Amino acid sequence: MPGAETMPLLEVRGVAKRFGSVEALRGVDLRVHAAEVVALLGDNGAGKSTLIKTISGVHQPDSGEILVLGKAVAIPSPRAASALGIETVYQDLALCDNLTVVQNLFLGRELRRFSGWPLRWVPARRQMVERATEVVRQLGTTLPSLHSQIGTMSGGQRQAIAVARAMVWGSRLVILDEPTAALGVEQTANVRRVIRNLRASGLGVILITHNMQDAFALADRIVVMRQGRAITEMDPKVVTPDQVVGAITGGSAISMEP
Amino acid sequence: MSHSRPPATPSILARLGASRIAHGDLGFLPVVFGLVVIALVFYNLTPVFLTPRNASNLVLQLGPLTLLTMGMVLVLLIGEIDLSAGSVAGCAAVVLVVLLTRHGWPAIGAIPAALLFGCLAGLIQGSWVVFVRAPSFIVTLTGLLVFQGLQFLLLGEEVGALLIYDPFVKGIASTYMPHWLAWCLVGLTAIIALAAALTAPVRNARRLLRLLLFPLVAAAIVAVLNLYFGVPYLLLLVIAVALALTLLTEHSLFGVHLLAVGGNAEAARRAGINVSTVRIRVFALCSTLAALAGIVAASRQYSVDSATGGGNLVLDSIAAAVIGGTSLFGGRGRIVGGLLGAVVIGSVSNGLDLLGQPAHIKTIITGLILLAAVSVDMLARRRRISSGAAGA
Ligand SMILES: Nc1ncnc2c1ncn2[C@@H]1O[C@H](COP(=O)(O)OP(=O)(O)O)[C@@H](O)[C@H]1O
Ligand SMILES: [Mg+2]
Repeated sequence: MPGAETMPLLEVRGVAKRFGSVEALRGVDLRVHAAEVVALLGDNGAGKSTLIKTISGVHQPDSGEILVLGKAVAIPSPRAASALGIETVYQDLALCDNLTVVQNLFLGRELRRFSGWPLRWVPARRQMVERATEVVRQLGTTLPSLHSQIGTMSGGQRQAIAVARAMVWGSRLVILDEPTAALGVEQTANVRRVIRNLRASGLGVILITHNMQDAFALADRIVVMRQGRAITEMDPKVVTPDQVVGAITGGSAISMEP
Repeated sequence: MSHSRPPATPSILARLGASRIAHGDLGFLPVVFGLVVIALVFYNLTPVFLTPRNASNLVLQLGPLTLLTMGMVLVLLIGEIDLSAGSVAGCAAVVLVVLLTRHGWPAIGAIPAALLFGCLAGLIQGSWVVFVRAPSFIVTLTGLLVFQGLQFLLLGEEVGALLIYDPFVKGIASTYMPHWLAWCLVGLTAIIALAAALTAPVRNARRLLRLLLFPLVAAAIVAVLNLYFGVPYLLLLVIAVALALTLLTEHSLFGVHLLAVGGNAEAARRAGINVSTVRIRVFALCSTLAALAGIVAASRQYSVDSATGGGNLVLDSIAAAVIGGTSLFGGRGRIVGGLLGAVVIGSVSNGLDLLGQPAHIKTIITGLILLAAVSVDMLARRRRISSGAAGA
């Protein structure tokens, strides 16, 4: 397993979270290393969304701790997560169709040329275009132009733009929520390439998916959640999809942990 | 251009915007076509339509509508509407003249006061939309009634019109530049266009053509208007406001945030943009422009009365914005389009006046034009959605 001995990028230790009487997370442990893709699988209601929302600062854990590069951290808000290098791409992408690629990549965090009012509204266009070009190249995705509105682009391109948006800020860990759920075969292949390039660039990736093919094509490790716990960790090179399905449904729990 | 991979070279057609049209982005094609048709039809019916004198009249008549339309474009861009703009204009005009004539204020105090009144009207309505989460349609419909009532209240017992005596305010819509000054400004436009063409990082045929358009249009306008009294200072005011608002919407980060709020407010919010602030500012800006429109309208009449800012003014401005390519669904539209749309509405109204048509015919025809413009907007949106662009 890659980087088994090195310090994990992210470590979640015994995190619990309850909503009223619902125990959404009951002591989850999870580790993600740099240049590693971890697929997070589990049935509906297993706690996947709650877990990533806790990591990305949307929810606060009731107990347990989160460590980034070995240091315990508090993540009180999505902004705080960004500051720690953790970016999340939610399923609905949150892009503006009427804006260009560059405008979407930097939306809300634009580079400015001056600091005082009113000149602070002047964009540092060239710098933004340069950085956008760099990130798009790194992702190995093909876009018509960085200056065209994204409304006319395909689902795969939009997914790539959302990932690029997460990368613009030099993030270390990217969390993707069902990135291929709404895509066709060709677009799915493009998004897979984007995810492989993220790993090749040294980022850690948590991939939430219901798609067994995605998990086996991309993941270095498969983590299965059930009833608020990460019940098992599997190596996709060793197990079969049937075994993973078994772990998800609880039909035949085979632990492949070393 | 910036690509991750070298793309196929775009065809000439694509460069000239044909591909945008195929995607449902019609640009200014319909409105320019409409203007040509209007000019030809009215010229056939009454040759007076295309005389320098009528052109000069048209420019002055268009003053209030163009200013109001530009504010409306801003509000429509964020996906809202302002039905109160006309009565805010009327009320601000009355505020101006009451201060000037009844209280003896100088123009330098009364004009800012009227503008401030507009700004406040917008701040209140915008805050209501944002904090009470009431639809802007209802809030500004209420504003329409309240400010109209306030206008009557301020006019008081006055029978007929309240007259303006201040020479500066009277002069806003009735003084003209010396001919040489107008030509100097055309020269300045040409120099700026040339400088922009030479320093542009990307040189393509389309951009150069567009830059060439500015001095040419300016020269044509000046040539025609100088055959009559000359270029009204009012035209300079309208162009200055249009330039400032174009800078704001198309070249500043505030413009990007404004488009983001209109395109996908939830995405804007999650990106850390203060959506409420953007909305309130836009309502304030729209109402301030409405107040300016009211001041210009008062200056044109040399007086105010209960009808100032009333009638079809606000519907005309919505029609003008939509004709100029601003979408009623938010996130799409340009200031310059609003100007062109206002010229369409203004020319039709002016032409019908020349033909001696009564007001109700004008109202019906303006209504039909609005309907046509909205239908084109709907069709273009459907085209965008079917060609892959979801949402707005
Ligand atoms: N905000 C919330 N309020 C109350 N219950 C919640 C909330 N979010 C999630 N839950 C509950 O927590 C459990 C885990 O849900 P979730 O994390 O969405 O699972 P998954 O993403 O794996 O489908 C479910 O029982 C769900 O109903
Ligand atoms: Mg979920």
